[in-house]
Amino acid sequence: MNDNMKMRALLKGEITEVKVLIGHPMETGRRKNDLEQVVPAHFIQLLTASLNGKPVLEAQWGTGISKNPYLTFHLRGAKVGDLIKVVWHDNKGQTGNGEASVSAG
Amino acid sequence: MQRRHFLGMSLASLLLLPLQALAALWNKAAFEAATVPAARQHLQVASEQPSSEIDIVAPDFAENGAVVQVEVRSRIANTEAIAILVDKNPTPLIANFMFSNGADPYVVTRIKMAESAQLQVIVKVGEHYFTASKQVQVSLGGCG
Repeated sequence: MNDNMKMRALLKGEITEVKVLIGHPMETGRRKNDLEQVVPAHFIQLLTASLNGKPVLEAQWGTGISKNPYLTFHLRGAKVGDLIKVVWHDNKGQTGNGEASVSAG
Repeated sequence: MQRRHFLGMSLASLLLLPLQALAALWNKAAFEAATVPAARQHLQVASEQPSSEIDIVAPDFAENGAVVQVEVRSRIANTEAIAILVDKNPTPLIANFMFSNGADPYVVTRIKMAESAQLQVIVKVGEHYFTASKQVQVSLGGCG
């Protein structure tokens, strides 16, 4: 798992709550730095999550997601020990991924 | 090609895709649209109706527009996707979440708001679209 990604998946009753925190600048392409130079856009465009290899969530993002993106989503039918993977891709072709096993909440 | 089929295929081979293919998945026109009507058009939302079965949890007053936490839940059966828009942002479409294989139509995320604005949610259910909105007052804009 990348150092810049934190994940946790907790089974609570029928629902598995998955929390994801990603280190990413999410630059809009409109911000200027201290030298009045425009900072180029750099943001995550696509994030996908899978449960035991089956896709469960596809997110498309614009520049309006905050810096260091945070996401919670809920899954039904997951069991303790199941594997959740998250992969992201940004507009510069960079990618990151993380995974978490479902644990009892 | 059916959308489900298209999605399943693309997700399975996502890591192997070249950058151009990823760019094709991302709805560039919708995310770069400067108005809500233009973004809606590129999301192919023809018509929509307000729904009380969409819950939005967001602050009435946000001190810092750079980080506004938003929680959205659709209680409409067979919800496929939830899009989040902010009408006063330079590019109003913030995110579009598509759910499958037992994912609940529910997300919590943190967004940027340039100024006080209407937070809008569009829920896709088959060929039908439903909306809800909430006004958020922003003290310090966060769209640098």
